[in-house]
Amino acid sequence: MLHIVACIKQVPDTKIIKMNPKTNTMDRRTAPAILNPYDAHAVEEAVRLRDKYGGTVSVVTMGPPPAVKAIKKCIEIGADEGYLITDRRFAGADTLATSYAVTKAIEKISKIKPVDLIICGKMTIDGDTGQVGPGIARRLDIPPLTSVNKVVEVNREEGKAIVHRKLEDGYEVVQSSLPCLLSVEKTINEVPYSPFPNMLKAARYQPHIWSVDDLEDVDIKQLGLKGSPTIVSKVWAPPKPEGGEILEGSSQDQVEKLLAVLLEKKELFQAKEGV
Amino acid sequence: MSEKFDCIVVGAGPAGISCAHELAKGGAKVLLLERGEYPGSKNVMGGVLYRKMMEDIVPEFYKEAPLERPVVEQRFMMMDKESAVTFGYKGMEWAKEPYNNFTVLRAKFDQWFASKAVEQGAVLVNETVVLECIVEDGKVVGVKTDRPNGEVYADVVVLADGVNSLLAQSLGFHKEYQPDEVALATMEVLKLDKKIIEDRFNLEENQGCTIELFGDATKGILGTGFLYTNKDSLSIGVGTLLSGLIKHKIKPYELLEYVKNHPMIRPYIQGSESQEYLAHLIPEGGFKSMGKIVGNGVIVIGDASQLVNAIHREGSNLAMTSGRYAAETILLAKQAGDFSENMLDTYRMRLMSGFVGQDMQKYKDSTHHFNKFPQYFDEYIPMLNKAASQMFTVDGMSKWEKQKKIWSDLGTGKEKMKLARDMYRAWKVIK
Repeated sequence: MLHIVACIKQVPDTKIIKMNPKTNTMDRRTAPAILNPYDAHAVEEAVRLRDKYGGTVSVVTMGPPPAVKAIKKCIEIGADEGYLITDRRFAGADTLATSYAVTKAIEKISKIKPVDLIICGKMTIDGDTGQVGPGIARRLDIPPLTSVNKVVEVNREEGKAIVHRKLEDGYEVVQSSLPCLLSVEKTINEVPYSPFPNMLKAARYQPHIWSVDDLEDVDIKQLGLKGSPTIVSKVWAPPKPEGGEILEGSSQDQVEKLLAVLLEKKELFQAKEGV
Repeated sequence: MSEKFDCIVVGAGPAGISCAHELAKGGAKVLLLERGEYPGSKNVMGGVLYRKMMEDIVPEFYKEAPLERPVVEQRFMMMDKESAVTFGYKGMEWAKEPYNNFTVLRAKFDQWFASKAVEQGAVLVNETVVLECIVEDGKVVGVKTDRPNGEVYADVVVLADGVNSLLAQSLGFHKEYQPDEVALATMEVLKLDKKIIEDRFNLEENQGCTIELFGDATKGILGTGFLYTNKDSLSIGVGTLLSGLIKHKIKPYELLEYVKNHPMIRPYIQGSESQEYLAHLIPEGGFKSMGKIVGNGVIVIGDASQLVNAIHREGSNLAMTSGRYAAETILLAKQAGDFSENMLDTYRMRLMSGFVGQDMQKYKDSTHHFNKFPQYFDEYIPMLNKAASQMFTVDGMSKWEKQKKIWSDLGTGKEKMKLARDMYRAWKVIK
């Protein structure tokens, strides 16, 4: 029976969020908090593997108390248990401090039941770094497998997992020992419309909530702002692309106009010598 | 078979939440289903919440609920194209506990209200659409949702699915509503600095004002407009019978733009920024449009049962009261182990003998009457404006003469008779 832990995060919906033009930071009040979209795929993959091999899916997140909502979303997807670590001492954490705190939570979860596999989303849509997953793997001293877009096999008895890792021009097939950590692409699966019994379970579910004091062997200096060496020197919104041209008319007209434009600028598309 | 509840409430608006709250409080196992992302996300109303009916469910709710402002002033504007006759009442007794009514933003308020039902033990499931009632042997026994394994069962299903109530319609409880039975309301939430609102509307902190707009606000079409003060925004909207919009070939958003640009309204909203745009149908057919509201294993409440008092812009309070009565009936039915139409009819009888039913009957002809005689809105309100203008313009004419002139402006003897008759008729339908 597998025990899979999915690491998730509640993030502001960056599709909607407004930037504060003065400080160039995200005004988090302007956007609803959602489950990080990549993480939904991580949870879905964990649920599929559980359904295939049997076992348990636990989700873990670090965040403020409202992050319970994101955990409930994971229960809707099909997770069995949820753990929220929340404490003011976690606040202001960068990816280094976050991976430390989440690792401490996973260590505690694995005391309840040993963990075979950890699955993370590729990255969060508010930070875009993709560093927390590998950070956790490093701290737990287990192999990190990033950019996973297919899990071929997980074999607990033989202690191995076989996955596909996405590359620029294809994929590679990788075998790893267990436990290991996967960070997954969105293309790995589609998250279906959750069945009604899951919705009922989620509506009633109360996650386990832990503070720093509930975790073991924690070095307070490595938590939150204190444990975060990252310095943000500048943040800016990318400039909106300008120019462009909209071709109008019938399909025939548009094709002809497009062709004319492309021919006119053909040197842009020609391969440069020696490249 | 999937889980069975004592009761399933479809729709988390004021009616559904009230019902679920009271059922859970009474110890029933209740499931509240909502199609939106959260309760309130799809709900719309102008924004006046009445204290009394809300307090019947959550006493002293105003101490913790996310309200905008207690209303201390209610104004009524009879508008012509470039003028308005205004009257109203402002009283400081409304500025302190227990207050009279409040402006609210539904997205915030409904979410809070639903959380109170959950605290009582109701199970709330969002983002789930009920497709149909499951009927067995002529009795509603559950609902089928749009989710996989989506059937869920209960002794009673309460339909609080709002104005169109496709569920009640598919049970044959009512026909599809006609354009003269529903109003289409369009509204906008305009962001404006708190201090500016208080200055413009002559308010102090934590005081609110409502202005109801008649006449030219709806270009003479039967309907009303409104302008309400929230904490740091204004709610402005217009609602007219759908048939009126069709007849005059006016699009609802054009009407809203017209009101926003009206010289009587423009100064209030100047410099504000559009935050939200909402539109919704309001059931205004009244008593005569009400269909069947009770069946075997099923009860219809709130807008779904056409419970709106259009004359007094009351809806949410009727909805809440109907939800509460439904819950009380279901708790009785649960005790008796009888969920037949006969037993559940206690709900209908209580509703109809209480203020809800009495008000519905009192105004049963109002919408139909004013719809049949458009002159109230497109003739008499301009006439009133003209009379006021003449009376208050100081131009050397004596007041006697002015009164004479106003009297003669009311038209020929025959026209005056018609006016008198219309006033009497209007009095009769609302008296």
